[in-house]
Amino acid sequence: MDFSLNEEQQQIREMVHDLCLERVEPRAAEIDESGEFPWDVKELFAKHDILAIPFTPEYGGISGGALTLIVAVEEISKFCVTSSLILSVQSLGSLPIWLAGTEEQKRRYLPPLARGEHLAAYALTEPGSGSDAGGMRTRAIKRGDRYVINGSKTFITGGSVADTIVVFARTDQDGDTPARNISAFIVEKTMPGFKVGKLEKKLGIRGSPTAQLFFEDLEVPAANRLGGEGEGFRLAMRVLDHSRPGIAAQALGIAEGAFDLARRYARDRHQFGKPIVEFQGIQFMLADMATQIEAARALTYASGDALDRSLPDIGSSSSMAKLFASDTAMRVTTDAVQILGGYGYLRDFPAERMMRDAKITQIYEGTNEIQRFVIARELLKDSA
Amino acid sequence: MELALSPEQEEIRKLVSEFAEREVKPRAEAIDQSGEFPRDLVQKAADLGLLGILVPEEYGGAGLDHISFAIFVEEVARFCASTSVILDVHNSVGTEPIVLFGNEDQRRRWLVDLAQGKKLAAFALTEPDAGSDAGNLSTTATRRDGGYVLNGTKIFISNAGEAGLYVVFATTRPGSGAEGISAFLVGGDNPGLKVGPKFKKMGLNGSAIAEVYLENCVVGEADRLGQEGEGFRIAMRALDSGRIGISAQAVGLAQGALNDAVGYARERKQFGKPIAELQTIQNKLADMAVRIRAARWMTWKAAALCDARQPFTREASMAKLFATDAAMDITLDALQVFGGYGYLEEYPMARRVRDAKACQIYEGTNQVQRIVIARELVRV
Repeated sequence: MDFSLNEEQQQIREMVHDLCLERVEPRAAEIDESGEFPWDVKELFAKHDILAIPFTPEYGGISGGALTLIVAVEEISKFCVTSSLILSVQSLGSLPIWLAGTEEQKRRYLPPLARGEHLAAYALTEPGSGSDAGGMRTRAIKRGDRYVINGSKTFITGGSVADTIVVFARTDQDGDTPARNISAFIVEKTMPGFKVGKLEKKLGIRGSPTAQLFFEDLEVPAANRLGGEGEGFRLAMRVLDHSRPGIAAQALGIAEGAFDLARRYARDRHQFGKPIVEFQGIQFMLADMATQIEAARALTYASGDALDRSLPDIGSSSSMAKLFASDTAMRVTTDAVQILGGYGYLRDFPAERMMRDAKITQIYEGTNEIQRFVIARELLKDSA
Repeated sequence: MELALSPEQEEIRKLVSEFAEREVKPRAEAIDQSGEFPRDLVQKAADLGLLGILVPEEYGGAGLDHISFAIFVEEVARFCASTSVILDVHNSVGTEPIVLFGNEDQRRRWLVDLAQGKKLAAFALTEPDAGSDAGNLSTTATRRDGGYVLNGTKIFISNAGEAGLYVVFATTRPGSGAEGISAFLVGGDNPGLKVGPKFKKMGLNGSAIAEVYLENCVVGEADRLGQEGEGFRIAMRALDSGRIGISAQAVGLAQGALNDAVGYARERKQFGKPIAELQTIQNKLADMAVRIRAARWMTWKAAALCDARQPFTREASMAKLFATDAAMDITLDALQVFGGYGYLEEYPMARRVRDAKACQIYEGTNQVQRIVIARELVRV
């Protein structure tokens, strides 16, 4: 049993860490304050091949390893979660192409994403279908060698800045019943009928644009369909199995960033004539935070290892990692604000931003309630 | 990173899992109810070579690694924590100090018997006034006639009265704290060693825990383990890997509780359907499964580091803290899934709750684990 990172993973961790410490951390508060997408960080990541991490060399990438991606997302998230989403969404949006695309689709769409010339997005959620993805209304009707898509998507991370968007739409003609037949399509932002609606104002991850997307008679060549007609729902779920470890990594990074901050503060801050870290009340909080982080790390890395080795229980191991790491991030960031006391509540310190950013990890890519549902289903099935 | 058991570890898992299922499971309830020490199971474990797991083959042991040890303890604890703690204490804190710190004569003299189960081992550190503050021992070791005379009282000693060997910690320099402590190998037949009555406890009823009295207990120079003054380091090192065993014990308790809760939830019908279909039950089961998975990885990580001869104190403390807190919560939640039936001693759920509590206390309370973890946080 080998718990250590390999050389590639260690090198990428160091590279990403050093770069983010120098270039991203100083931007994090501004990005949060302005709520604007950090194009400079995107360019920085493209230039240093960070956006190429999710891709294998044959499609212009530098790795394609799940654990390698986890380590990179974790490092960025220690400093700025919004920035980590640039990489996470590049992976999320390209995963359907990677998992279900034809050789031609891969050759056409993946290399510009790996080079960071294009950005990707993943459009599944709709106003009326969140956890219940089968309730979607967006419709794709086949006309000759094209599909015509009508409908809208919501909560699309990076939707307003993406060039390549994988859109899920129903290809049955059943009306407003639960979708029976869902298919996935590669949509380009330049296609007529693609419109970006308003950007949401959010509690956290403010520099990451969360967009509404509208499709008005959007015509997509049939050659842009990913996999067969009706294979979209299964693909969407497979993508999430692969992407949830990335959210776990994000949550892990947030927790580690908040913990480091709290520990540094507790050593510097003097009350009653000594550093507050010498009080057992603070020590025990820090010990519990560190232990929860260690547990979250174990589950997160194990889910990456499971993906890299294509183990059969990828679904539940990635759900477990996402659930536990995100709950840990929420607790640890809340405790970090507490250790910083009044200062923790101020915008001048990053603790409150980390706490606001942590909240989203319990919600997106399947709420934690959905993760529990997935895990319980596996558990009850196993013992049959 | 490759988080997979080796073929050898898989073999061990299969062997011990069968042993636990076949031998331990049917005996668990009776052991708890009678409070009798399960000598039969100890003998059966000995027959399978499971009393010398960490002992090198040249001394008659199995020469296995700490992951195999953790698997063994976990599998037994799924059914009977009394039995698992007896075997854990023997293999770990009782035997391992001799493997790690014994000289050739001491190894030849003790390890062969211990590995074959001819003698059971115990670890005698804690005293009435020295629990978490283990450096503050009152038991003395006074030099006399080329040997030592030990005097003092030990408390909460697992396997007391059953053991043929006690690893006893005493100070040669009273008042000098941890630096004065030395470790001694004392035979169970030493006339100066007496054992008090078995304590009545909340749980772990089959495990004998008692006071051990050292009354002018004479040992030779050759019975000192390590150097004079090295005892505290030996104790701490023994407890580091001991915590791997306690973590594994907690994982096993929790896994056994979850398995039973899942089985019950599928069978038990209320409101016209199995309660497993109710989301409140599903949520409980999911949270239990996640914490068990995390606790097992943490236990195995500490074990893997230990086997690789890397520092693992912090990881073992974190595993112990996390796994035992999880086991307490999970055994309680699993009892709750059983409702009123869970409260009855006919089912194993109440017993697991009683047994789990000890895990948060012994081999360093969870408060001591937090101190160990925080110490590094303050220093680094």
